[in-house]
Amino acid sequence: MLEIKNLHARIADSGIEIIRGLNLTVKAGEVAAIMGPNGSGKSTLSYILAGRDDYEVTEGEILYNGESILEMDPAERAAKGIFLAFQYPMEIPGVATMEFLKVAMNSQRKARGEEPLKIPDFLKRVKEAAASLDMDINMLKRPVNVGFSGGEKKRAEILQMKLLEPQLCVLDETDSGLDIDALKIVSDGVNALRSPDRAVVVITHYQRLLDHIVPDTVHVLYKGQVIKSGDKSLALELEENGYAGIIEEAA
Amino acid sequence: MNMRAEIQRTPAEAALVDAFGERLSLLPGDGAIMVKRDDAIEQVKAGLPTRRVESWHYTDLRRLLANVPAFDASVKAKSVAPLIEGSTVLSLANGVSQAVSSIEGVTLQRLADKLTDGSYAAALVTYGTDDAIGAINTAFVADGYFVDIEAGVQLDKPVELQNLQAGGQSHVRLPVRVGAGAKATIVERQTGEGAGLVSSVSQLLVGDDAEVLWLIVQDQPETATHLAQFKAELGKNAKLTLFVMNAGGKLVRQEVIVKASGEGADFKLRGVNLLAGDSHVDVTMVLDHAVPHTSSTEVVRNVVTGRAKGVFQGRINVHQIAQKTDARMACNTLLLSDDGEFSTKPELEIFADDVACGHGATVTEIDHNHLFYLMARGIDEKSARGLLIRAFLAEVIEELEDESVVDPLEELLSNWFATHG
Repeated sequence: MLEIKNLHARIADSGIEIIRGLNLTVKAGEVAAIMGPNGSGKSTLSYILAGRDDYEVTEGEILYNGESILEMDPAERAAKGIFLAFQYPMEIPGVATMEFLKVAMNSQRKARGEEPLKIPDFLKRVKEAAASLDMDINMLKRPVNVGFSGGEKKRAEILQMKLLEPQLCVLDETDSGLDIDALKIVSDGVNALRSPDRAVVVITHYQRLLDHIVPDTVHVLYKGQVIKSGDKSLALELEENGYAGIIEEAA
Repeated sequence: MNMRAEIQRTPAEAALVDAFGERLSLLPGDGAIMVKRDDAIEQVKAGLPTRRVESWHYTDLRRLLANVPAFDASVKAKSVAPLIEGSTVLSLANGVSQAVSSIEGVTLQRLADKLTDGSYAAALVTYGTDDAIGAINTAFVADGYFVDIEAGVQLDKPVELQNLQAGGQSHVRLPVRVGAGAKATIVERQTGEGAGLVSSVSQLLVGDDAEVLWLIVQDQPETATHLAQFKAELGKNAKLTLFVMNAGGKLVRQEVIVKASGEGADFKLRGVNLLAGDSHVDVTMVLDHAVPHTSSTEVVRNVVTGRAKGVFQGRINVHQIAQKTDARMACNTLLLSDDGEFSTKPELEIFADDVACGHGATVTEIDHNHLFYLMARGIDEKSARGLLIRAFLAEVIEELEDESVVDPLEELLSNWFATHG
């Protein structure tokens, strides 16, 4: 579903190269964990997948379902089914959450040539998704993420993911800022989305999240490259021994 | 004869002076009023204010007022439905009032009658020597409505004062008195067609414990010159919310001159200025906190597109005796084009020592992070920008809470963006 080939990317403003020849393949149905020390390019990778224009791809290719996405803007990528759950979800004053959800869902439907959702159908979906994440529906009357705690923001991201039903879910440090109960709820939310035709990329610093969202593959990112791939045991090994050994081994 | 002044006069100044000579015999008023008109035209003859006059620094009227159309009695102003459904409408068609129907608890008069019999003479005043709008208006004002809401009357329907123009010149005044403990919503609608010159002066007295919501909605055509002044004085525990929306006009100056004269008075100014094309829109406020224990907040939000230029000047004078004044002012601008401009000038003059006063101003572009976030959810760039711009403005409008007011204002926003977005 996702094929990243020899990807090089830099910060558009400063020209500093962050991703330096990254290769990664994620198949449909797979849950892939991306781990790595701070500054290894994990979040950059997630932004590049979503199409943030602060980064410039200088070399290589990103294929999604066999099609290059490099020329697509973030909205086009989202409509094709790519979803990024942000590490730091944005607060947007003045934009009501419900309105935002409705516009987002209907924009994607429109891009796919589907009819807009009828209001009762939309409300039913939102209520069900909120209930499954143990979210108070009244929170959604507020502007997008405004006044939400860190944990509430993360839940709101997963709520959006549930409603938008993407094919490729990229979770950027979704566990940060979550207490253990919230972590469980959010993980259950992600696990419920696991399906043979959907892929999940979990970017995380810690093994903790991977106890709940058990990955099929684990990839270690260091200095903008995948330096080692393995199964879930690789994550446990990292938890035990840290990154130093693997970095040395790769060098 | 002052030859030098004659030679230096701009075409616009000359046109105003000439028009006064031609109109004089048609202007209503007794001796006292005619003297005031003469004084006023002398002020115009002395020259329109330039950027060297501090209060006109960002709006050089002498340079910007390029076109003064002739009076045109043949044009007919189109009527419009009131902004808020069910309002009592008092309309002025090209500066001329209609026969008035009565409202219970309210005295309505055509201003032409009050000018003719001279009973309006005392109120026909200008605001200092730099008051070009007051001077032009005093010289030419021929009509308007006088609205007197009796003490204790709670108007259940808004009153809409419509100033409809269709080109040529129109000069009107809208004096409104709201008695003690009364409550009213007044809509001042400034709209029309054609390249007209409009001067409009509103004078509001808010009695003790009275509560007024006053909405100025200006959406003149892109060719019109709109010179407007809103003056208000607030009694004890009086509450005034003034909402100003500018969504049109080529050259617009809206002055807001408010005096909190009674303890416990509260003034709120909320403004939305939508600037497009090569328009020049100026909102200038002078607010006096003249007694202790009064409060005010001002929030002005602007969106600038095209080559438009915007101005907000906010001057707050806190008098020496006005202890415990609480005044907060904010002006935020979204600059959506490289060729647009916005100038903000907050001025606080504080002579009391126990007050809480503050101001803030920002000029920004659309937040890049917000845009990315919305687009990452599948919302195309144009729609995402639209959502963010409207959110920026909606915060001010939604504060009015009452749906019957908020909905039509948001509809005006939508219409503006449909044309200029």
